[in-house]
Amino acid sequence: MSREDALVTVQWVEDNLDTPGVVLVEVDEDTTSYDKGHIRGAIKLDWTTDLQDQVRRDFVNKAQFEALLSERGISNDDTVVLYGGNNNWFAAYAYWYFTLYGHADVKLMDGGRKKWELDSRELTDELPTREKTTYTAQEQDTSIRAFRDEVVAAIGSQNLVDVRSPDEYAGRLLAPAHLPQEQAQRAGHVPTSVNVPWSKNANDDGTFKSEADLQALYAEVGFDESLDTIALCRIGERSSLTWFVLQELLGKKNVKNYDGSWTEYGSLVGVPVALGDEPGEA
Amino acid sequence: MCGATEGGLSLDGVNTKIEAVIQGQVTRSGDPVPNAYVRLLDRTGEFTAEVPTSATGHFRFFAGDGEWTLRTLAPKAEPVDTRVVAAVGSVAEVAVAI
Repeated sequence: MSREDALVTVQWVEDNLDTPGVVLVEVDEDTTSYDKGHIRGAIKLDWTTDLQDQVRRDFVNKAQFEALLSERGISNDDTVVLYGGNNNWFAAYAYWYFTLYGHADVKLMDGGRKKWELDSRELTDELPTREKTTYTAQEQDTSIRAFRDEVVAAIGSQNLVDVRSPDEYAGRLLAPAHLPQEQAQRAGHVPTSVNVPWSKNANDDGTFKSEADLQALYAEVGFDESLDTIALCRIGERSSLTWFVLQELLGKKNVKNYDGSWTEYGSLVGVPVALGDEPGEA
Repeated sequence: MCGATEGGLSLDGVNTKIEAVIQGQVTRSGDPVPNAYVRLLDRTGEFTAEVPTSATGHFRFFAGDGEWTLRTLAPKAEPVDTRVVAAVGSVAEVAVAI
């Protein structure tokens, strides 16, 4: 995987708005942004209702994912191009999700909705119609999904990359600063995890930094190329973006996203927690 | 009294006693800008959060005690940086003109 395979530019999207087999999908943290205007032809996936089980804390299962994509008119052989706000935060989560269920051809629009808007490109409120399909998903690829026991076992022995903002990592905030801060769990981070805020992967306009800059970003915090890697954040979405950078743009091997992330880890009984700006000891 | 100033975002449903709220409105020549992006940078200049403005140009963050910078990006405008001090239990109202 490389930048050419995983990313398309906003210009490419504009040039391919009518290309058969290319499906644009908006996935936004603010699930109402699509309704205020979207790229022509794009469909919407709602991360809170479409991509999460509505009873237990987990993803939709294979059958639910198949039903969702079939109903929205996405085929197995479609090129799915994802975009969203906030540096493609939730679009990257959807990218990871499509990869988890084995979709063959999925890409992110570099810069996401913000880049599109800052370029003053056209948005519409017209809703597209797509024929239903019969989508077949693969079993979940757990080589890219980490669970809590793996994270505890990885302390001091793998690259643990905590991608939250420095204040969340240190324990001074419990959630991203545009969300209310009340939470039940403890603040802090997994001992030995390094802090590389997800936002450092992107330029101000939301596009990804160059490979050289990204490589340097991780080298700077002592990323060990010989070890496996787990990325985590608060609820596993910002870390999807870092997973995307490490595995899809930089081609690193054995990178997992821990979707339980701090809201799970910080509520576990008896696990070690580090406070402050330093990684801490194993 | 630390409620929203006149014309600010409604604070209904927000427990302002436990939050350090930073909120405001982005305007261009006095008109609200609904398609701007406001980024919250911490005291070291590090990105902490970003929100798109609402239809009325409003934005809101739940920060912590201390100094912050708002960086506002909008089509056909240079980025604008605005310093703001937030404190738990109060609402910092910020007007951003681009």
